[in-house]
Amino acid sequence: MKKLRISPPAAALILAVTLFLLSGLLPNGFGSDMSIARAQATNIVRLAVFLGVIAAGQTLVIISGSEGIDLSAGSVVTLTAILAYVMIKGNDSMVLPAIGVVILVGALIGLVNGIGITYLKISPFVMTLGMAGVVKGLIIILNHGNVSGKVAPIMTSIIARPVVFGIPGAILIWVVFGLFMWFLLERTPFGRNLFAIGVNRITSTLSGIHVPRMNLATYSLAGALAGIGGFLLVGNTGVVFISLGDPYLFPSIAAVAVGGTLLSGGKGSYWGTMSGAIVLTLITSLLTTMQMPESVRRMVLGGTLLMLISIYGRQRALRQ
Amino acid sequence: MNRRRWNQLLLRYPFLFALILLSVAILVNAILQPTFFTRESLNNNMRVFLPLMILAVGQAVVILGGGIDISVGGILSIVNTILATQVGLNGSPEKMWIYVGLSLLAGLAAGSLNGFFVSVLRLQPIITTYATSFLFFGIALYILPNPGGGIPQAISGLYRNTTPLGIPLAIYVIVLILLGWYYLRHSRYGRYLYAVGGKAEAAYETGVPVVGIQFSTYVISGLMAAIAGIAMSMLTGSGNADIGSAMTLNSVTAVVIGGTAFSGGVGGIAGPIIGAMTLQMIMNIISFANIDTWWQTFVNALIIVIALALPGLLNLIQGRKK
Repeated sequence: MKKLRISPPAAALILAVTLFLLSGLLPNGFGSDMSIARAQATNIVRLAVFLGVIAAGQTLVIISGSEGIDLSAGSVVTLTAILAYVMIKGNDSMVLPAIGVVILVGALIGLVNGIGITYLKISPFVMTLGMAGVVKGLIIILNHGNVSGKVAPIMTSIIARPVVFGIPGAILIWVVFGLFMWFLLERTPFGRNLFAIGVNRITSTLSGIHVPRMNLATYSLAGALAGIGGFLLVGNTGVVFISLGDPYLFPSIAAVAVGGTLLSGGKGSYWGTMSGAIVLTLITSLLTTMQMPESVRRMVLGGTLLMLISIYGRQRALRQ
Repeated sequence: MNRRRWNQLLLRYPFLFALILLSVAILVNAILQPTFFTRESLNNNMRVFLPLMILAVGQAVVILGGGIDISVGGILSIVNTILATQVGLNGSPEKMWIYVGLSLLAGLAAGSLNGFFVSVLRLQPIITTYATSFLFFGIALYILPNPGGGIPQAISGLYRNTTPLGIPLAIYVIVLILLGWYYLRHSRYGRYLYAVGGKAEAAYETGVPVVGIQFSTYVISGLMAAIAGIAMSMLTGSGNADIGSAMTLNSVTAVVIGGTAFSGGVGGIAGPIIGAMTLQMIMNIISFANIDTWWQTFVNALIIVIALALPGLLNLIQGRKK
């Protein structure tokens, strides 16, 4: 029997479109009104941007293999969002320095993760979990109950509002960001080496890749990308609180898995993560518009996730 | 003691490092809290520590078998909400024991669900149990949307005051679990478990029933989470669907601090039990040390990271000397 093969990113996108079209038939759906449908679709993709950007770093560490994962992403997002918020104080001219700072802080936290994992041989899951706690502690100290700050008007107008042809700036930023990630993964030595160490670290070392250095670079980069995620997120919400980034942590891993990237490493793409982020955001917002109670919402989300990963998240069979 | 001897000891008793850590924690705690060694305070501490210790045992079995279970907190929550809503504050003790039995069954069922998806369908454990944790927390929230309910005072009193021979009840539970583990460890099942955790493909080639073993680890974890949920309900005496959410990741940290390798196949459950005690002891110390409230989370996390880093640091330093 010949199996029909659809690549996971495409499958996720097809699923998203189908679900969206079906949602139009809901009592409070868009029905046959195309302008409302368009607005809804745009909004869902816009919301997916934040999950998508936060999941970018996650994609990198997961591709790097050896149980790579970044559980500190949620806390890094919160910390960098607060930093940006406090630094900018509603001042357009502080936006660029703030971007520099969030990238630097994110990269620094990622570097600490990388050092612990590479040189102290702590498993990524536990190391990044520990760092998540430390960063959370930092947030509480920094926050001291409340922070004063404000996002800059330019951030709101670029990230949250439509820029051209009614397309919100966030989506345009995401497209550019996606191109950057594609270039990084597919067209640079870093990307090539990343896939190589994800498949097999011993053969990579033998073929001249400096694996420890790659590992450090990957985790630092993941931290920096989470920092960018925090910056974008605060531009959208306009407010900060100490659990701002937490709801994005596990969905960022789920988005990577749904997008067809192997959690064991060595295979995957950022396109996959992008469509994974769109599907997850769509399902979440559909469940919200259907006005289900929180309990049912969680159950349906869990069930859907199980279904999605059952379709193409299966590992190799034991018997070859 | 020379280095090779120490490494051999560590290999043989992976919980040794955790034991040293625990001793330090006990020492510091005893200095900060003069009443630490009184019978009452020991009983109090053990009573509070027990749920996470049991949870860590289940987590350790899954990790030994090469997996991970992110859903244990959800299972714990389900059990807590079942007991709090079905037994109620005015329920009879008989009713309580019936629902304790049902809770254990719920734990087994939840564990089987995880086991089915991970071992039979061969899905990746971390994301699968994350998905089922949504399912389980959803169910718990469905049973009890708002915190409330409870179990009879008599039952929580029983958990609080039962100290046969002056030794806290929690110690008996732990000894029982350790005895059960000792038996399992030295049976064929134990050998299979370590083989599967070490390298599943190789185990499969040599005729180990890999699917069955992996399945069983999740069932054990589900059962342990249910027992932890029962203990937690007796401890708090009330219901809250969110009660397990903070405990899942702590159970993983406890396992790793206890010297059980995250990659599977190395370690045991004594270490994770010690690890769980240490983790909670650190929290005790922080609250007794008069640390500014704003700094507590940070200090706690920092101590944990240092504890995780120490074995690796010692290795690096020894490597330099050589």
